[in-house]
Amino acid sequence: MPKLNVEQIRKDFPILSREVKPNVPLVYLDSTATAQKPLSVIEAMNSYYRLSNANIHRGVHTLAEEATALYENARDRIAKFINAKSSKEIIYTRNATEAINLVAYSWGRANIKQGDVIVLTEMEHHSNLVPWQMLAAEKNAKIEIIPVTDDGELDLTVYESILKLSPKIICVTQMSNVLGTINPIQQMAAKAHAVGAMMMVDGAQSVPHFAVDVQTLGADFLAFSAHKMCGPTGIGILWSRQQVLEAMPPFLGGGDMIKRVYLREFKANDLPHKFEAGTPAIAEAIGFGAAVDYLTAVGMDFIHDYEREIIAYAIERLEEVPGIKIYGPKAERKGGIAAFSFGGVHPHDVAQILDSDGVAVRAGHHCAMPLHDRFKLPATTRASFYLYNTKSEVDKLIEGLYKVKKMFG
Amino acid sequence: MDDMYREVILDHYKNPRNKGTLDPADFSFEDDNPLCGDRIRIDVRVGEDNKVKEVAFSGQGCAISQASASMLTEHIIGKSLDEVKQLSKDDILELLGIELGPVRLKCALLSLKVLKAGVYGIKDED
Repeated sequence: MPKLNVEQIRKDFPILSREVKPNVPLVYLDSTATAQKPLSVIEAMNSYYRLSNANIHRGVHTLAEEATALYENARDRIAKFINAKSSKEIIYTRNATEAINLVAYSWGRANIKQGDVIVLTEMEHHSNLVPWQMLAAEKNAKIEIIPVTDDGELDLTVYESILKLSPKIICVTQMSNVLGTINPIQQMAAKAHAVGAMMMVDGAQSVPHFAVDVQTLGADFLAFSAHKMCGPTGIGILWSRQQVLEAMPPFLGGGDMIKRVYLREFKANDLPHKFEAGTPAIAEAIGFGAAVDYLTAVGMDFIHDYEREIIAYAIERLEEVPGIKIYGPKAERKGGIAAFSFGGVHPHDVAQILDSDGVAVRAGHHCAMPLHDRFKLPATTRASFYLYNTKSEVDKLIEGLYKVKKMFG
Repeated sequence: MDDMYREVILDHYKNPRNKGTLDPADFSFEDDNPLCGDRIRIDVRVGEDNKVKEVAFSGQGCAISQASASMLTEHIIGKSLDEVKQLSKDDILELLGIELGPVRLKCALLSLKVLKAGVYGIKDED
C-alpha cells in the first residue's frame, strides 16, 4: 500500500525548516489551533496580490475578471472537496465560528421560537455553544446537553432521551478539538431527522483531517475553517443544501448580497452571494483553493491513515511517562490530538519548558471550558498532529516531558 | 527558559511563603486569569502604623503565578499601603529576576493585580 512520504511533504512547508532559536529546530505540535501553510498556498496568495489584485464581481477590466475567476474557481474546488452538489451551497465566511453564527442568526431567528429545544454537547468548542446560548436567551428557547462519558465519548443514551423532546436542531462537533473524539454524525443525524430536527455539524477539526462527504454525512449545516487545513486565516465555509439556504433570510447586509436596492428596501442576491456582504477575503479564498488542491493531491485517506499511525505512537509513548493522564478515547477511536494533564504541573509550565526545546504545544482550555469543567481541570496541555509531523517529533515531545518531570518532580 | 525556571522561582513555587488565608482580614481580594485558569486570593492585615502586618495568599496556577505571589507577599510585609499602591510591573519582574513575553506576563502580574484591587478597596463581585 502506498504511504504518505512525510519527508517529501515537510519540504513543501517553508516554516518547518526554521529554528526557534539557534540550533533548536521547530517541532510544531499545534496544528489543531492552526495548521502550517505549504508554499503553494503562500504563492497563490502572493501571486494574486502581485498580478491580479482587484475587487471581484461587477468589474469589467482584466484584473477584475481575473480576480473574480480565481475567487470563484476556488469556491468550485472547495465544493468538490466536500462533494457539495453545487458551488451555490458554499458560502464564504470569515471562519467556522462565523459560519455557525450565520446559521444561529439567520436560520435560528427564523425558526426557533419560545420553548423550542436546542441540543448542544459537553464537548463543543465555544464557537458551537455561545451563538446558540445567545439565540436561546433571545428567544427564550431551551438548551439540552448531550454529556460526555468518562471515556470522552458522547453519551448517546442521553441523546436518545433528549430526542423525545422533539428538538429543533442538534449542534455537534464531528471531532473534538480537545479529546480528539470522532462522533458518529451519520447515526446521530438519522435519529435527529427522524424527529424532524436539523443537524449543525462543526467540521473545523474533521474536514482538515479526513474525507468528509456532505452527501453521506447527514449534516444539514457544516462549518469549517481554511486555516486549520493548510490555508490562510480569515476564511471559512458554511455548507448547506441549496433548498435550506434559499429559505433562510440574509445575515449581514451590504454590497454584493443584493440584487436590487431601493431607498427603503432591497431584494437579496442569489446564492451564494446572498450571504456574502461587502468585499470578501479574496486572497484568502484563493489561498483556500490552493490548500484544498494541496490536500487533494496528497490524498485525504493517506493523511487520515498517517495521522492514525502518529497518534497511536504518540499515545503509546505518552503513556510511558509517569504522571501523564490522557483524556479522550483510545487511539483507534480518535483523531490526531492528545490532551493531557501531568500530575500537579500546570500546563503553562509544561508548554514553556517544551518550548525551550522548540516543541510547540498548546496549554489552556482550548476554547472548551465546559469540557474542562466536566473533567475538573482548569487546563490541559495539548499536542496535535498533522500530515507533516514525524515520529521523531513525538520523541522530542517525550524527551521534553521528562525534562519537565525532572524540574518539577 | 532555564532562566525562567531558575532555582529561586522553583523554590517559591514548591515552598510558597505566606500561603493560606487570614480570617478576619482587613481586606481580601480574589481574581483569576481566564486564559489559563490561574486563580489567586490575597488577604491582608494592616497594623496600627498603617503598614502591612500580615498577608496570606491562596489559589492555584502555574509556577510563575504562584512564585510571584509568594515573592510579592514577602516583599510587602512592613510596607505602608501607599508604598503598596506604588508597586509596578517592574517591581514584580525585579523580584522574579526574569524577562517574560506578553502571555506569561499576565501570570506573573496576577498577584499584583489582586493585591492592588484589594488595597484600592475594589469590590469583589464574586
